[in-house]
Amino acid sequence: MTTTAPETVPPREKPTSVPPPKDRGRRGRRAAIRATSVIAALGLWQLLTTIDADLWLKFDRLPSPVEVAEDFVYQLGTPVYYHDLADSLVRIVVGFLLAAVVGVAVGTAVARSRSTSDVVQPLLEIARPIPAIAMVPIAILLFPTNEEGIIFITFIAAFFPVAVSTRHAVRALPVVWEDAVRTMGGSRAKVLWNVVLPGARPGVFSGLSVGMGVAWICVISAEMISGEYGVGYRTWQAYTVVDYPGVLVGMITIGVLGWLTSAGVEVIGRRATRWLPREKGSVA
Amino acid sequence: MTLWVEDLYAGYGRTTVLNGLELEVGEREIVVVVGPSGCGKSTLLRVLAGLLPAKGGRLLVGGVPVTGTSPDRALVFQDDGLLPWRSVVRNVELPLKIRGVPRQPRRERAESWIDRVGLAGYERHLPRELSGGMRQRVQLARTLAGTPRIVLADEPFGALDAQTRVAMQRLLVDVWRAHPTTVVFVTHDVDEALYLGDRVAVLGRDGTLAAVVQSPEPRETGAANGKARAEILAAMAEPAGERAA
Repeated sequence: MTTTAPETVPPREKPTSVPPPKDRGRRGRRAAIRATSVIAALGLWQLLTTIDADLWLKFDRLPSPVEVAEDFVYQLGTPVYYHDLADSLVRIVVGFLLAAVVGVAVGTAVARSRSTSDVVQPLLEIARPIPAIAMVPIAILLFPTNEEGIIFITFIAAFFPVAVSTRHAVRALPVVWEDAVRTMGGSRAKVLWNVVLPGARPGVFSGLSVGMGVAWICVISAEMISGEYGVGYRTWQAYTVVDYPGVLVGMITIGVLGWLTSAGVEVIGRRATRWLPREKGSVA
Repeated sequence: MTLWVEDLYAGYGRTTVLNGLELEVGEREIVVVVGPSGCGKSTLLRVLAGLLPAKGGRLLVGGVPVTGTSPDRALVFQDDGLLPWRSVVRNVELPLKIRGVPRQPRRERAESWIDRVGLAGYERHLPRELSGGMRQRVQLARTLAGTPRIVLADEPFGALDAQTRVAMQRLLVDVWRAHPTTVVFVTHDVDEALYLGDRVAVLGRDGTLAAVVQSPEPRETGAANGKARAEILAAMAEPAGERAA
């Protein structure tokens, strides 16, 4: 993944358009090996499924890559594919954004205020070990519609990593930054705004990354259990109606969505923490 | 602004580091505090800044008891006092922003201070892109941009190499001559103390004032510092409790 380097990063050498011949040869060979590896795996999969291999693992019902590709192309032309995509994305975005805002607020409050910590911390410690997905039955009972239940599950899943990382990050802030702002006459609110929130950003974003991963696991599982529409629901639906290529198409779609959203969090995180020292040559 | 410290007790938790300290700093005077490590120099500055409440005694600034921090009393830190995500100019602007100075005059004043500490051209740099000496220049600019009436400095040049340290001492003196304020400066370098200070206060290991030595030639070459130097070193070497009450 590459993005344009921000202007604050010291100019790096341009990715060499004409690399030295030896270097170019080595790079070309490595790319060829990587491509061959993927093609070989796909070829093996195609072979095992067309001969219906039964080697303890049974390949007789697994669709071949060609079937999957055909089904993918077909589904891309159907409106229901995009409907599912949009539903899942709305769920993940709403649940994740709620978790980001509430997680940062709760994590900061717990780290900064002893009385808040005394009230909230025990509740968090009790709820945290329960995996969000185990709360699906409760979500169905509590919320009037499935939609809200799924968003709740997504929210809970992402909330804990965000809140916990924020709390750690706020606690770990050097005292000297806060002292500096206070000796300029800064109030508690100014310290929060000028020191705590910006200083905790690296920790907050590592929590958001983890949160995004967990949120996808939970939104897909929740859709499989109780959804109407959504990529997770469609994937499980395909399985129950013996549409195995559809299952694979669902899996690939989930993978691509997960990768795109994680990359989005990563890019925003890097922009928000440009001031951190980074390894030379890393993409900012 | 004057500082009046009377019978001051201070410390962290149950331990008391300062035990009945007496100190007086006059208007526009530079008093340098020296002493063995762990004697409470930094604690004293934190109390003066209002970051740490005193456990007992009186602390008056301009005749008024200290109850908390104030932009009148700025604290300069040894290292890492700058906010690493703010550029040089935005760090220097911070005390003005906190006070509610509008953007345009705030930027102008910050830039003029950056120029005065010799960092013109580095406004957009982040602290991590600067050397230790340059970062301390930024801290000095930031402190003075807030126009404090008392500057408290906690070994601000302690982490710098000898050459940079001398340059920074000169810079501090130049700036102080142009904008005289009351300064309390902590160091463990006796030569630095005699060069910068009108008076040098020696803290003893027991958290009281062991001696106050007049600097013979403050902010001059220091050729006549020999006797004062010996006095300070003797006071610092004295074990606690052996001093006549």
